Formats: sequence, C-alpha cells, structure tokens
Amino acid sequence: MNFEFSADQMQLKDIARKFLEKEESVKRARNVLEGEAPYDEDLWAQIIEMGFTATAIPEEYGGLGLGYLELCVIAEELGRSLAPTPFSSSVYLATEAILHGNDDSAKQAFLPGLATGDKIGAFAHSESNTSPTENNIACTYKDGNLSGTKIAVVDGDIADFYVVSAQNGSSVGLYLVDGSSSGIEVNQQPTLDPSRSHASVSFDNAPCTELKSDWSDVLNLLDRAAVLFSFEQLGGAEACMDMAKEYAMGRYAFGRSIASFQAIKHKLADMFIAVELARSNCYYGAWALSTDAPELPTAAATARVSASQAYHECSKENIQTHGGMGFTWEFDCHLYYRRCRQLAANIGSQAVWKDKLISSLERANQI
Amino acid sequence: MDFNDTPEEAKFRKEAYDWLKDNAPLKEGPKDSWRASSEEEGLKEVKKWQKKLHEGGWACLHWPKEYGGRESTPIERVIWGQEVSKFKVPGGYLEIGQGMAGPVMMMYATEEQKERYLPPLATGEEIWCQLFSEPAAGSDVAGIKTKAELDGDTWTINGQKVWTSGAHFSDYGILVTRSDPTVAKHKGLTFFFVDMKSPGIEVKPIKQISGGANFNEVYFTDVKIPDSQRLGAIGDGWKVSLTTLMNERLAVGDASGPDFEEAFSLARGQDLNGKLAIENDAVREKLADWYCQQSGLKYAKYRNISALSRGETPGPQSSITKIVSGNKLQEIANFGLDMLDSAGILRSDEEGAEQSMYQYGFYGAAGIRIAGGTDEILKNIISEQVLGMPQDMRADKGLPFNEIPTGNK
Repeated sequence: MNFEFSADQMQLKDIARKFLEKEESVKRARNVLEGEAPYDEDLWAQIIEMGFTATAIPEEYGGLGLGYLELCVIAEELGRSLAPTPFSSSVYLATEAILHGNDDSAKQAFLPGLATGDKIGAFAHSESNTSPTENNIACTYKDGNLSGTKIAVVDGDIADFYVVSAQNGSSVGLYLVDGSSSGIEVNQQPTLDPSRSHASVSFDNAPCTELKSDWSDVLNLLDRAAVLFSFEQLGGAEACMDMAKEYAMGRYAFGRSIASFQAIKHKLADMFIAVELARSNCYYGAWALSTDAPELPTAAATARVSASQAYHECSKENIQTHGGMGFTWEFDCHLYYRRCRQLAANIGSQAVWKDKLISSLERANQI
Repeated sequence: MDFNDTPEEAKFRKEAYDWLKDNAPLKEGPKDSWRASSEEEGLKEVKKWQKKLHEGGWACLHWPKEYGGRESTPIERVIWGQEVSKFKVPGGYLEIGQGMAGPVMMMYATEEQKERYLPPLATGEEIWCQLFSEPAAGSDVAGIKTKAELDGDTWTINGQKVWTSGAHFSDYGILVTRSDPTVAKHKGLTFFFVDMKSPGIEVKPIKQISGGANFNEVYFTDVKIPDSQRLGAIGDGWKVSLTTLMNERLAVGDASGPDFEEAFSLARGQDLNGKLAIENDAVREKLADWYCQQSGLKYAKYRNISALSRGETPGPQSSITKIVSGNKLQEIANFGLDMLDSAGILRSDEEGAEQSMYQYGFYGAAGIRIAGGTDEILKNIISEQVLGMPQDMRADKGLPFNEIPTGNK
C-alpha cells in the first residue's frame, strides 16, 4: 500500500512551506487585512515565479503538466500561511472550469495566461443569502450574452475574467465572461476576512462563451475544487493547533505551564484528532481527484466536511487557548479565525456539503 | 498514491489467502461473523482453529519461529488481518496470552521457561490472563496494592484484582504486585507469572451493566509463587508492565458494533414522523458526521499501513481509533434506539436482531470508552507522547506509596 504523497511531492511541499515562511506570508495577510490593497501583488508575483499557478495545467497550454497531488501539497502550504493572493479563485476554480470545459479556443486563449499568472480568474456563483441550486439561480444566458448579478465573488474586484453559473433554458451551465467586456459592473464588498477581497459583479447582456451546459458540470467543478480547498483548510487547522501548543507551553499560570493542565492537553488532543481525521480524508479526496475516480463526489464532500470541521475546531480553540491575548488585534489568532470562515463560505456551507455527501452515498450505494 | 501492494506484499497476501481458502469458509457478507453457542463451545473451537493455524505456520505471526511464530514483518501482520477478516473463523480467548503475556515472557523469562510456556501459547493449548487492574487502581494502575512478600525463595501474595478477562478458564496469568509500600509508587512493584490453579486463588464473575459477565474479580489469599516465576528485578514491575500496556492499547483497537453502514441502512428503511428517516435533515447531518469519522479512521489506517510498508514507524493511530470509534458507537447506538421512538425502550432478546444490535452497542460503548485506557488517559497519551506537552502535576510524586492519600477507597 502506498497511500501517501511521493518523496518528490513531499519535497515540493517543503519548498512551498519554506518559501512562504521566508516571504512572511502571514504578515502579508495582516498587511492586506489592514491596508487598502485587495491582495499582495508582490507575493502573487513570486508564487507565479515559483510555477505554482502552472502546476496542473498541461504543457501544451504552457503549464508544468504536473498532477493534482502536487497542487494539493501546495494548497496545504498556502492555507497554513494564509497567503493573501487570488490563488484559489484562479487555480482551483477558473483554471479548472476552462480546462474541463468544452471550448478549445477558450483553452488556447486563457490557459497560458493563467499558467503565467498574467490572467486572474474568479468564479461567480452565489446570488443571495442561500445556497445556489439548479432552480434558484437567476442569472441567465441567452444567445451568447449573460445577465444577472452575483455576490460575494472572491477576487471579483481583481479578476480579469469570470466563470459564471447561469440558466440556459434547459439547466444551469458555466460561462466565461471577459472582464473587459461591456455591461459589467464590479463593486467591492466588505467581509469578515478582509485579507481576501470579495465583490459583487453585475452582468448586463455581457458577451460570453459557454464552457459547460449542465448543472452536473457545476457540481463537478465544485467537487474538484473542494478537494483543493480542503487542503488549504487542513493547513490552516494544523497551523492553529501548532500555535495553540506553542503558546500553551510558554504561558505560565498558577505557577506552571498551562500546557500541563489536562483541560488544555485534552483540548489539544481533540484538535490533533480532528486534524488527523481531516488529513486522512483529504488524502482520500486527493486520490480521487488525481485518478478521476468515480468516488470523487463522496471523497470530495468527505474531505470538505472533515477539513471544515477541523479548521473550525482548531481556529476557535486556538483563540481560547491564548486567553485574552487571543482576542487582541495584535495576535495572529484572528487572522486564522477569519480565514477559516472565509474558506468555509467560499464554495458553500457545511450543511450543504453534508447533504451532498449523504446524497452521493445514496446514489452510489458504494459503502 | 495508490492502494496497491508491493510485489512481496502481493505474494504474501496470495499465500495467506490460499491457505485460508483451503482451511476455512469464506464469509457470506461483512456481518457474517463466527459466533459460539456457549463459552465452552467457543473455547473448544478456538483451540482447534489455533492448532490448525500453528500446523500451517500461521500462528503468532510476530513471534520468533523457535517458539511457534512466523517472524513476519508488521506489514505482513496487517495483510494477514485483512485476509483473515474475509473468512468465518473463530476468534477471542487467546489475544491476551499471545499479545501481552507472550511478549513479556520473551523479554524477561529464562530460556527454560520460554521453551516450556511459549509453544503452548502459540498452539492454543494453554490460555493466559492479565492480572493488573484493582478496585482502587484503574487509570492509575501503578497504584495497585496487592501485596507480595518474600520468604526464602517463595513469595506470598494477598489482595484483589479486577476486570480480568478469561480468569476462569485461564491456565496462567501475568501479575503485578506491590512488594515494597515504603518507596515511591512506581518503584515498589514486582512482576510475576502465576499458575491460575494455585491454592488461594478465587475467581468471581463481575456482572456488567449489560447483564453479561465477561470479566472477573480475582482474589489472592496466601497464594505461593516461587521466586523463579518473577519477571524482571524486584522493584522493576512498572517497567515490565509498560511493555504489556502498550500492547493492550494496540490490541483493543476498533469498537465493534453498529457503524455508519447500519445507521445508513436503518435510516433508509425506517419511517420517521411520516416520512423516511433519511429524508430528515437532522438524520442526514448525523450520518454525514459518522461517515466522515469512519472514513477518516479508515484512511488514517491506510496511511499507517503505508508507513509500515515503507518500514517506517506508524503514527498514534490506535489511540485515535479507540477514542473516535468508541464515541461514534455510543452515538450510533443511541440513534438506532431513538429511531424506534418510544418503542426504543423495549428490550429485544432476539439474537442477531437489528434492535438488539443497537442495544448491545448502547451498553457496550459505555465500556469500550473505558477498557484498555479511558478516553481521558488516551488524550493524555496523545498530548504528552505525540504533541510533547508536559505531564500533569501529580500529588503523589515522590511520596512513599503508603503515605499517598487514598480518600479511604
């Protein structure tokens, strides 16, 4: 049995980790949070320079032609370091939608730019305070044009183009809209995690290209992305666990290290268990994504639910372990607490993913 | 990343499967497991099967060949476990002897004793039990009081042990005693093996909350043990015990009983408030949580097997598995009974019935969360041994054992 990343993949992970530590990615996340810039352009340029955006893009489109396992290990490190860049929007969602779309000219036109980072893409899906479904999506596609309004579009204000879900008369498909097209209005939206920027994007008869035409394609895009988001969440969860442990070891109360109190030790053990379960489920997701396994919907939902739970547990209990200091602006705990919420919201709520998990098991009966 | 065997592993797997195919019936389904009609019958069948395993060279895989083992690698043990789980074969009764007593004998007994006692353990002819816990020493097992006094070359043992599985049908037992109450808790212990038919040993069953009696109390009244049956030096009993306690945690592992599959299948067939339970969102959410836990444990195990396959040391999986699966079982059992609404309180005594499966889980899980290391002790182990956090401060540290507060219990 070889249910583990290869030595090369682990080396790539190590390179990514050291690079992001050296570049003080967490500090940069704080700078974005406190400043005006929607993302860290300098870090983004260096990530591109490292080749991370090109990882899973085939060589014929200017990519490195590596696999999804490589992308998974990079995602974990980006999550661990809170990298304030449009990586997830552009790589897990926009790139994947085009790569698996039906339009060859879109692949030619966009993938090389996505590989070199010259282009940033965003996925525009949510429309209101409820989960998008095949029935409630109001954006419409007709005769090559798209109309409607999307909200909470991550990186919507910095994207060069959008992948948009819209009704096409028979189902909901995926459509590519260039940001320079006529009839687009973008408004930045304030969020709980300003280290990542969000916007509402309105389309008024904006010209577009059809990438995929069915709701199942939308779900497939979300499943594929869910595995990669899970690795970001896993990295974040583990970072919180490590922070909590380090702080507890050095903090003294009642004449002893608070890490010697069972109340704290058991809290850390619970975090460790949550992280280990999430890691194991993430690996299952990585295997399914990298092998195009029929189990992908189950594996993706399992990884997503498990990693969301682990990050929630670890980010809130990290603050708790820090006591009052954990509630200050000065300490980094809140950066993770915010990012945990941002990643949990990004591709749909925990309740929806749990429902999807059970639905996929009902369909597959693969237990 | 894949789930495939190496060529050597595949060869071993085939060899194991082929032998099993010739010697045991395949299971007809995942829940088609062996069950004895009585303890006496079970013991007989287990001994018969163990003899067959031994003759085929499949007994005590991890033991040296000279004592009846196979000298298999850890990954081969895992593969054997996977293959044997496909067959309907007898189990139980021998794990404590082969998993705990055997290894401690190998480390501390004389060559003569090893030659006498180990082969019958491997062939299943002799059964051993473990005499550690006491009424006042559970999680703090080093706090045992059973007294051992040396006179010449004979020890006299007085005291009481508890939670001893299989004491009533065991031939021998491994025993930890207090030989010096005037030194610190961990320092005054001495370890022995004892003939369970010795005069002065009395075994009484403990009635559990399930009504069954799988464990015993064992009373020692002036029981004589020759000094030649001491394992390790006088006062070194704690060190000797640790060898077996680590093995116990490995042996307990996954909680058996209804799991996600059963709960899922129940929800798909059971009416709840006018519609199928599976259509209820609260039910779906619970099911999703249990699936994620089950899947996480399954793939954590695969990661550990992969580590073994590469010759690396696996992670702290047994502690995590025990905590998660014990709690999951308790929740699933409660769910299964809750699905029956008010009728969930009615007891079903029908063997193998769905309802009785949840009832067994309801009682059993409460015990699983305690046996072989409580949830709390396992969390201490994770935080101390994996995360490197400091030990809790101990009120009994450095005190002579006979001055440690006991709360008169």
